[in-house]
Parts: sequence; structure tokens; C-alpha cells
Amino acid sequence: MQLHRRMLLRAAAAIGVVALGGRVAVQAQPKPRVIPIVARKFTYDPQQLTLKLNEPVIFRLTTLDVVMGFSVPDFGVRATIIPGQTTEVAMTPTKAGEFTFLCDVFCGSGHEDMDGTMRVVG
Amino acid sequence: MKPESLSRRDFLRLAGLGGAVLVSGCASTMGAQAAAGGDDFYFVQLSDCHWGFEGAAINPDAKGTLKRAVAAVNALPRQPDFVMFTGDLTHTTDDPRERRKRMTEFREIASALKVKDVRFMPGEHDASLDNGKAFKEFFGETHYTFNHKGVHFIVIDNVSDPMAAIGDEQLQWLRADLEKQPKSARIVVFTHRPLFDLYPQWDWATRDGAQAIALLQAHENVTVFYGHIHQENHFMTGSIAHHSAKGLMFALPVAASQPKRLPIPWDASVPYKGLGYRAVEAEDKPVKYLITEWPVG
Repeated sequence: MQLHRRMLLRAAAAIGVVALGGRVAVQAQPKPRVIPIVARKFTYDPQQLTLKLNEPVIFRLTTLDVVMGFSVPDFGVRATIIPGQTTEVAMTPTKAGEFTFLCDVFCGSGHEDMDGTMRVVG
Repeated sequence: MKPESLSRRDFLRLAGLGGAVLVSGCASTMGAQAAAGGDDFYFVQLSDCHWGFEGAAINPDAKGTLKRAVAAVNALPRQPDFVMFTGDLTHTTDDPRERRKRMTEFREIASALKVKDVRFMPGEHDASLDNGKAFKEFFGETHYTFNHKGVHFIVIDNVSDPMAAIGDEQLQWLRADLEKQPKSARIVVFTHRPLFDLYPQWDWATRDGAQAIALLQAHENVTVFYGHIHQENHFMTGSIAHHSAKGLMFALPVAASQPKRLPIPWDASVPYKGLGYRAVEAEDKPVKYLITEWPVG
């Protein structure tokens, strides 16, 4: 019985359900922060990102010209950005520091300079 | 699969177990070494010529360095059995006509090699913007195999796909080829990019390289020679040794040694510093590869 109650509480916590004096309220989880990033030959806008440790974010990615990549190797996150489409990729930074994000789709003569810096602060 | 760094002790250990051995030497000893064994032979690896690159602060002899390398190979006292160019023959350009012009000029310079068995493979600068179309017009297939004196050579293309992938079709081709080889076959693989995750933060990786390594791992004597990173690097993944070569246009910094992957500026006090080519002597009993690095200066 005790175990069953504990499991219920754990499940409730996971989906944001809170018991309030016999009533049950369903709390919405905080929405991930959406960060728009626009790629074009051979840069990202913005090129510097600041994220909070453990804060879930969604990168909303578009490209103005050719197929591009968006890769954050330190967090195992990547996406391909297709012209005319919006691509979303979620990430929760689990370590603080300064990390590189880069284009990992060879996109032209300036491809090797196409990167940016992501600061994750505690 | 986690790559492990290859220490000098590992090299010495592998010398007895069928891996690779680095040997420093001079041109006068190369011919004597190669002549010692019965069916032993050596080949030369040239890499990352980036013909068409311009930037006096990086290489003020951009139009002369490849020619110097060709002359240096031609001057070796005993000529190699063949020469292998491991990609980035040309520096990338967004203009397809300029790309073909650079390939025309590159091919003409390479034709001055005394050795007439010269083989090519693309780097991303040659092939990623047109899926290898221009490269094929000038140099033929981007992935292929050949046999030479008991060694099975496999050329893997991990650049024609701009996503830096080998792709399912080529992986199937690789699987089928390997199935025809005995487990103990002497296999040398040429790629442009590293097959393992050397440093993805600088795009030094192959997206599906782990699949190729898993296929190769089933064989006992596999060694990989590659380019792309413009410096020597020696890594082991399982029993497979991976050796990157120096470039012939500019050197790049060691992975993670600085924030940006920028070419190392020309050092006027040591011209051609960090540039070079290598000779690889293949020995049969025991299976090993003696790698000798040569400068172009």
C-alpha cells in the first residue's frame, strides 16, 4: 500500500499533478524557451548563445539560402536545416561551460568558418 | 567504440602483432629498407594539396608546394610502387567551372610524377558541393578497391555526401567486399575524413564511420590511412590503427588546442613547417607498415 502510494506520487510529480486538499490541479510544465537561429552562408544569427544549466530549450532553425547543419557535438544534438522549412530541435544543457556549435553539412567556400559559441551558465 | 590514444609503447607492441610502426629516417635509407623483403613494397601518400588556395600569410608558395612535393617524390632513390592522394586535391570553390579548372591544373602537376600508378580519392573540398560529379569526370570512381602484392586496398568515400556520411549503399558495398576477404587478409583502407570521432567540434569525424569500423573490425589486419586534419595523428579503435597524414598547403592545429580551427600561419624562419608527405612500407611477415614522414622544405 505504502509502495503504491509512493509510486502514485512519483507519477504525479512526473506529469505535474498536485493534490490540493482533496482537489487535484494539473500544472503545466514550463515551456522550453524557444531560441530562433537563422543560418545563411556562412554564419548563424545569433552566433553567441547563452543558456542556463538544465534549462530546456528548443532551437528553431531556418536557413536563408542552402541546406545547412546545426550541430552541438558536446550535447549530441544536431539537425539538418532545409531552405523553406523550419526545423526544431530540443536540448537541455546538462553541463556548464563554453561549447561550439557548427554547420556539419558542407555548404560552400566559407563552410569551415561557420560556427558559433554556446555559453551554459550555472 | 572509444578510440584510445596510441602511445609509442603501443607502436612497439604492435610491431610484433601486426599493427603499424612509425620509423623516422632519411631518403637514403628508404630504398634499402624497401628492397630488403621479398614481396614487400612501399607506397607514398600525398594529402590535402588544396590546389587553388590563396593566402600569403598561410602559404606564400601556394603555387609551388605541390610541385616541390612531386619533385621530392621523383627524387626518392627507389620509386614507390604507387602514389595515393587522399583527398582535397583542390581547394573548394562555389564555381563549378573554377573547380574543373583547378582539377585540370592539379592533374597536370600530378602527371609529372615518375610513378605512373597514381591513385586519387576526393576530399570534401573536391566533392561535397556537387556529390563528386567533377571529381568523377577527372579522376574516376570515388570509392573502389584494388589489390597489390598481397594487400587488399579499400578506398572509402566519406565526402561526396555533404553530410559527411559514407551512406548505406556504400556500407553495403563495403560489407560485400569484406565478406570476400579472409579474416587474416592484409587490408589497408584509405579515407579522407577520420572514420572515428576524432573531434566533431571541428568536423573531424564521419557521421556513420562507426558502422564502417564495425565491419572492418571483423578482420585481423586492418590499417587506415587518411587526411583531412593536415597533421599526423595516430589512433587505435580496437585492433585498427588509424594514421592521418600531413597536408601540402597548410597545417592545422591540434584538436582542441585553440578555440578555432584556423590554419597555422606560415613561419618564415621554418618555411613549409608542418607540411609533408609519407612513405609507407608494407611488410608481410609479420604484417606491419613502416611509416616514414618527409618534409617538403
